[in-house]
Amino acid sequence: MSNSKMSRRDFLKSASALAAVSCLPVSMVELAFADKRKNFMFAYISDSHIQFITGGGFVRNWDRGLIRAVAETNLLQPKPDFVVFGGDLAQLGMKEELDHGAEMLAKLDYKTYCVMGEHDYYLDLGEYWSKLYGPHYYSWDHKGVHFVTLNSILTYDDWTHERWPTAEQRMLEMAGLDNPNGSPFMVGKKQLDWLRKDLEKVKKETPIVVFSHSPIQKIYKGWNFWTEDAEDVQALLKPFNDVTVVYGHVHQIQYNQIGNISFHAVMATAWPWPYPQSYAQAKSHLPKLTVPMNRADPFFERDATGWQFIDIDNGRVSMEYNLSNNTNRTVAFNPKTGKPEDSAFQDPAKRIPPQTHY
Amino acid sequence: MLGRIVGAAFFVVTLAVIAGTLTVRADEFTKEDLERWQNEYMSVVEKGRALWVSPELGTNGVACAQCHPNAANTHPETYPKFQQQLGRVIALRDMINWCILNPLEGAPLALDDPDMIALEAYVMYERRGVELAPGKH
Repeated sequence: MSNSKMSRRDFLKSASALAAVSCLPVSMVELAFADKRKNFMFAYISDSHIQFITGGGFVRNWDRGLIRAVAETNLLQPKPDFVVFGGDLAQLGMKEELDHGAEMLAKLDYKTYCVMGEHDYYLDLGEYWSKLYGPHYYSWDHKGVHFVTLNSILTYDDWTHERWPTAEQRMLEMAGLDNPNGSPFMVGKKQLDWLRKDLEKVKKETPIVVFSHSPIQKIYKGWNFWTEDAEDVQALLKPFNDVTVVYGHVHQIQYNQIGNISFHAVMATAWPWPYPQSYAQAKSHLPKLTVPMNRADPFFERDATGWQFIDIDNGRVSMEYNLSNNTNRTVAFNPKTGKPEDSAFQDPAKRIPPQTHY
Repeated sequence: MLGRIVGAAFFVVTLAVIAGTLTVRADEFTKEDLERWQNEYMSVVEKGRALWVSPELGTNGVACAQCHPNAANTHPETYPKFQQQLGRVIALRDMINWCILNPLEGAPLALDDPDMIALEAYVMYERRGVELAPGKH
């Protein structure tokens, strides 16, 4: 505990120096063990939505978000062990977008693991993405932690294969977050079988960190803040002592605790999304635990993006959000209550007006 | 005298025209009327929704719905309000134009452009049922 606190303070010092030159939408993840030699960190960049403009060029705003995140990740001290990109590198799955995004990500000085997002997938069902980044789901071990990357944005076969006359239309239908013609995300039976087998060889006391694009929990189906078979994935993760799921897609701060599983969302580099309760016509289920990010100020192009580092005590990941133009946020696992909590704002009496979304 | 007679004649003719062309008085309307008027409104809402998701509204392919799914986080019930970043009280349509100009890199619409009315109609429709809160930040 004291070791991890010290390492965090060191990191904060360098982080504040970085924050002075710029603000970036990167998640720094620190896995802290009692044995400090085992400690390590990784960075998390997500949801860049690189968007090709018909006739040439790319949307400048979204480009800037990713360029900045990559440049500043390269400046991080101490160095992260690796970087995860959390999905939706492209806006419409186009080769031009994936290539342009990959070119920016290639500037990272670190090994990069990529997660599949629906915007990367539904044009060619991940074929070109695979040429750049390999398998759609996989696992690996790093310094005592078992990491799993899932492709959680699959959906019903008939929607994917039978419904749409062209691949382009299928991509457009899934790309619209609020499009009623979309379809709920899922991991699917084939991948669940793979996950079951993958986890069979892992000791129950080994910390597990899962990366997915969509939340492996059900928050709001209308915008696919949702994974249809979330409970099936959670059931496979239940036997393990320390499990954390880190997900993108929602472009906002969310966190939750379900049984032994901690959930953390990461910010987008492109743009923030409203909290589902801001839509007056539908009910949603933002985890009660979540103290929302501040409402975004559209006059600051990169507002409601930021960077986060995550500390893990006893195998638990906790995420620290360093937000541009906003008060920094720390969401850390509290061993006393057994759930992630915001260090400053968890007490309802301490919340501030910009955290009220309506 | 002649003027008076002419005026009275004009009045009678006008009354006859009104009586001849209208079957009901102004404050009477039917269920069918209400339905038709609602459909007229909804057709403009649908046009607004089409514009909301259109990559053509601006110049860079970005659509309103990318940041505002179901027009959420637009808070139409709070306008007109003091837009603190601009330092003055503005209408919702001023913010719509701000978004067209900035994230969409497009040309602002005339404030009475039918497309502007349609965008407003859609935003308000998605916010139906929410209490008016003019001025609220």
